[in-house]
Amino acid sequence: MLEVIALRKSYGGIVAVDGVSLEAGAGETIGLLGPNGAGKTTTVSIIAGLLRPDSGEVLIGGRPLRGDTDPLKRNIGLVPQDIGLYPEISARENLHLFGALYGMDFSERCRTIDAALDLVGLAERAKDRVKGFSGGMMRRLNLAAAMLHDPQLLLLDEPTVGVDPQSRNAIFDNLETLKKRGKTLLYTTHYMEEAERLCDRMVIVDHGKVIADDTMQGLHRRLPGANILTIEFEDSENGPRLEDLQALPGVQSVEASNGTLRVGIRDLAADTPGILQWLVEHGHPFEHLASQRASLETVFLKLTGRSLRD
Amino acid sequence: MFTPFLALARKDVKLYFHDRRSLMMSIAAPIAIASFFGFVFGGSGSTEASRIPVLAVDQDASAISREIVSRLTADKSLDVKPSTLDLAREAVRKGKATVACVIPRGFGAAAGQAFFNPTAAKPEIGTLYDPSHVAEMSMVQGILTGHVMEAVSKEMFNGRTGREMIGDTLGRLDQFGLPPDQKKNLRQLLEGVQKLNAAGQGSAAQPPREGLTVPFQMRSEAVTSGTSVPYNGYAHAFGGMGIQFILFVGIDVGIALLLQRQTGVWKRLRAAPLSRAVLLGSRATSAAFTSMFVLMVIFTFARIVFGVRIQGSMAGFLGVCAAFSLMTAAWGLLIAALGKTPEATRGIAILTTLLMVMLGGAWVPTFIFPAWLQKLTVVIPTRWAMDGLDATTWRGLGFSAAILPIALLTGAAMAFGALAVMRFRWEADG
Repeated sequence: MLEVIALRKSYGGIVAVDGVSLEAGAGETIGLLGPNGAGKTTTVSIIAGLLRPDSGEVLIGGRPLRGDTDPLKRNIGLVPQDIGLYPEISARENLHLFGALYGMDFSERCRTIDAALDLVGLAERAKDRVKGFSGGMMRRLNLAAAMLHDPQLLLLDEPTVGVDPQSRNAIFDNLETLKKRGKTLLYTTHYMEEAERLCDRMVIVDHGKVIADDTMQGLHRRLPGANILTIEFEDSENGPRLEDLQALPGVQSVEASNGTLRVGIRDLAADTPGILQWLVEHGHPFEHLASQRASLETVFLKLTGRSLRD
Repeated sequence: MFTPFLALARKDVKLYFHDRRSLMMSIAAPIAIASFFGFVFGGSGSTEASRIPVLAVDQDASAISREIVSRLTADKSLDVKPSTLDLAREAVRKGKATVACVIPRGFGAAAGQAFFNPTAAKPEIGTLYDPSHVAEMSMVQGILTGHVMEAVSKEMFNGRTGREMIGDTLGRLDQFGLPPDQKKNLRQLLEGVQKLNAAGQGSAAQPPREGLTVPFQMRSEAVTSGTSVPYNGYAHAFGGMGIQFILFVGIDVGIALLLQRQTGVWKRLRAAPLSRAVLLGSRATSAAFTSMFVLMVIFTFARIVFGVRIQGSMAGFLGVCAAFSLMTAAWGLLIAALGKTPEATRGIAILTTLLMVMLGGAWVPTFIFPAWLQKLTVVIPTRWAMDGLDATTWRGLGFSAAILPIALLTGAAMAFGALAVMRFRWEADG
């Protein structure tokens, strides 16, 4: 559905997007991740036809966008990072306007507006002026305005910035519904938990370049010690020597603090039994054991050397 | 293409009417200010001109000086009050009086002497004036000259002082340094006046004769659309204020576009399959529509309340209004194209607009400007609009008088629009 090939865009001497390439198939949700200034919004703007790249190409359904009035634009719905609504008129009037921009006639607009308002849970506020809406409601209407003309590709540029958890969950539900309908979503965010919940694949960008493009599992596999075993011993004074643990097969890292060991391992299923058996055989009985997977935040930190929220 | 164009234009108009405060301002403010200016600059022709406050300081107290003060007091252009020199000076300094006329001691006698004797010293009448009212001072001097001439000649030909002075002059005529033939003629003139005065004294039934009078009368006629149509000062005032506030609508158009760039709306509009002509054309159309609407409301108010009529060509009037509305819309687009941020642009746009309004003669007519400035204002579009509105309203001229303003305003609209399209930043920010 979407193919981005070696995009490059610079402003003066600053390169905002430096050879970004990615693909998204029908019904796929791609997370475009990166810290502020990484080039996410510029990439989305180029895909939406708002910016002309210095080089590279964007293909929608195998065809490049040509000019402002290219009908191919009807296949794209943009949810801009800043609210793209007129606050002085009602939700329904806003949607009528944005539907008309795509050439939808009045009766078609009425039908789709009702459906869109239902989907985002704003049917009862349809006649209210947008300026009276909460931030979350505006975000939901912002989403509704982008999908009114039933595009195949939705570009979501940080669509949950500044919203309360309840509205965020509502937006996630909307996006999952759209995903089930076979829409392709390109979702930019620097909220790791959002990407982990929604996205089939992550494209991580930093300084305008793609530094990883993989599934969540694939990204974890790149990490040494992608899984952490936390072990608390019955006798905290009688724990094993760290060097002995470090020598065990599959162990990537070992840290000890306050009688608790944190052991990094590559493969949870394959490596855990051997470690536990070794502890028992060498007289280190434990009373609590927990495992956790390294977060995407950790993955990003490992890949870029800086936090996503930098 | 037509559906999005219409939707965008309708949206702008709807937004304009949703903002009640702004709507009221763009209609009520020009009406209020134009009503004030119209009243100040002559109203609808029935109001009486204000009198110039003048203080008369009569230090002479002679028959002639009393006659001068009496004539000044009776003049319809002046509001004359007696005063003393010190009080008059203080009043003028404080701006409570515009001019003070000071008739010094001995003025009557000296003026009588100088009336028949060209070699005699001429007495002076002093005028103290407020320097911020030079025009009024000149007017008072002109009026004073006429009244002094009449008062002195009346006394010389009719009064007791005049009779004594003629007798005295005849007695001293040989001492005057005049050529013999002129002395002879002057003697005959004075003896003739003596006989005339003597004849007048003998007839009690005859009214007292006047002296010399100004040998003409002024007749003035305000040239308006017709001989029976009075000038309506509100017509120019409403045209001027309408133009000013319509240009403010243009500023709002430009600033709104700049503000739009700071929200997601501009990205959403650009993401839609719309041409640049639709995006800017719809904005210009809605702006022109609202401008025309405001102008029509303002002139309708002027018609109902102040009797301002379109005395000339209605088609010409509508043409000028439409052309100016178009120019305003293009002006708004130009502001959006040249401006970087709304904050930085607003001040410059207001300053430029006020300059255009002032130089175009919307506040005060351009004929009061210096000659070089009057020539300069020929290139200001507001001048063309004012000329067109004046021509079709109170001047009562036909459509031909509106053709040039319409053509020039339309040309300016096209030039502004072309420049705006060329300079417009189409790419979204960031």
